[in-house]
Amino acid sequence: MRLAPRTLALVALLALLAAVPPVAAALGQPFYLDLFRRIMIFAIAASSLNLILGYGGMVSFGHAAYLGVGAYAVGVLAHHGLTNGFLQWGLAVGASALVALVIGAVSIRTSGIYFIMITLAFTQMLYYLGVSVEEYGGDDGMRVKTLSQFPGLLDLADPAAFYYLVLGLLVLVLWFTGRLVRSRFGMVIRAAKSNEARTRAIGLSPYPYRLVAFVIAGATCGLAGALLVNHTAYLTPEFMNWTRSGELMFMVILGGTATLAGPLFGAAALLLLEDLLQGWSLLPQWVRDYWQLYLGVILVLVVLFARRGLAGLLPGGRDGDD
Amino acid sequence: MTEPLLAARGLRKSFGAVAATDGVDLEVFEGETHAIIGPNGAGKTTLISQLSGRLRPDLGRIVFTGEDVTALPEPARARRGLARSFQVTSIYREFTALDNVALAVQAHAGHSFRFWRDARAERELREPALAVLEEVGLGDRADVIAANLAHGEQRQLEIAMALATRPRLLLLDEPVAGMGVEESQRMVKFLATLKGRMTMILVEHDMDAVFTLADRISVLVYGRVIATGRPEDIRANPEVRAAYLGEDEAC
Repeated sequence: MRLAPRTLALVALLALLAAVPPVAAALGQPFYLDLFRRIMIFAIAASSLNLILGYGGMVSFGHAAYLGVGAYAVGVLAHHGLTNGFLQWGLAVGASALVALVIGAVSIRTSGIYFIMITLAFTQMLYYLGVSVEEYGGDDGMRVKTLSQFPGLLDLADPAAFYYLVLGLLVLVLWFTGRLVRSRFGMVIRAAKSNEARTRAIGLSPYPYRLVAFVIAGATCGLAGALLVNHTAYLTPEFMNWTRSGELMFMVILGGTATLAGPLFGAAALLLLEDLLQGWSLLPQWVRDYWQLYLGVILVLVVLFARRGLAGLLPGGRDGDD
Repeated sequence: MTEPLLAARGLRKSFGAVAATDGVDLEVFEGETHAIIGPNGAGKTTLISQLSGRLRPDLGRIVFTGEDVTALPEPARARRGLARSFQVTSIYREFTALDNVALAVQAHAGHSFRFWRDARAERELREPALAVLEEVGLGDRADVIAANLAHGEQRQLEIAMALATRPRLLLLDEPVAGMGVEESQRMVKFLATLKGRMTMILVEHDMDAVFTLADRISVLVYGRVIATGRPEDIRANPEVRAAYLGEDEAC
């Protein structure tokens, strides 16, 4: 099978990610494990957003909601002494799917700027709920003392084991998304994005398909939330802050919407840049002190000169959609 | 007399104070090509949109194959066999011609909640789609991205998409609009091959096309049907000549 350059780049990046733990161990820099695990968790979240934003044309400005719901499902159960991972992650995915069903059922009836505002409003509601519940730390958040337990299978306290679990899940999510967008279902949501009037005229009502896509995206992002709270070992409503939704959106757009590889490229580029500008000792102090400013400049340039995102710089596959 | 395939009674649709259709009655019989003509702003596209379900009439009812479809949304009507083309070409521009038609085949095949199999590898979608493309004369353009097709080819593609849903009634909103002489002749020739085996409602400004294709013609002026009849009757109708044809000696 001949792979398109974009697909090759994706496979190469995944292979590099697989090599991070031994390299980080050899260099005595466990910090890199942490950084790349974080990148992969955000890549899963961004990938789920890409399904609805990129392929489905639904510009959700509230995708951090599911990151939060997933994280709270794990954190709250842990707080009450329920630390079984299957239970916690199952609830994370289930609750996120349910929340996405409710938010989607209301918001998908609207479009354009209204859709953006409604998804944002729902997420702000959840954010303030998180801030106000003192039992779970309020706006300070709370430490998650015991990570999700998978007795006999896996210990998340082992950084490398957790790392490879995240990598495995990322590969699964990418594979699943790749199949999904090429299936009949995927063709319908992409068709509805391309031309809604035509889609209705050939006999397809976009609403149920969009809603199911929205729920799949929410559930997947809920899984990323469960991973994220284990990664930080800290539960905070900041996971649901609207700036987080913006970051996810940015990762998708920076990486290239409606491409399989885009969200991973975008998550890696954004988080690595953030890290470099803040911490790279070769950079002068005046750059490191105002790193957000320089990050902003770089991002503006990328968006201006790579209109179709980083993935768009490489030719895609036969249908241009991988 | 047989039941009409489609019957519209007293269709009224207002936009603010303007009644775009003001009590339109229309009957279309199985197998006929029924043209709707009228000056600009007569309400032709508004009428088509009410028939297809894109617009809901304020008053009146629409019966299709014996069923009252007035309250049915557009996708449901499409699944019952009402297919349309748009006045301004409406296709999936970033998909290939074959993908465009395969989507229409898929829409007709029933629900699309299938999440795993590659839709582009499904022979039951691709083969009928290719057959329709060949029928409209785009067989060798199947793998071209729709945006890169010539204007005339895009119009053909749109008709291919409508045909791929296996319609009972084809609503054609100005199929030769914006076409060159040669392209439009090719389109009229193609539509003539459908005549008889496909029931069609044809909204058109091009009078050559109308008088070549139509079995019956309804004349719409200011939202009302002022005459319905065979082409020669319409041509001879003094009221029609005064309201419409008379303005243009070429007709």
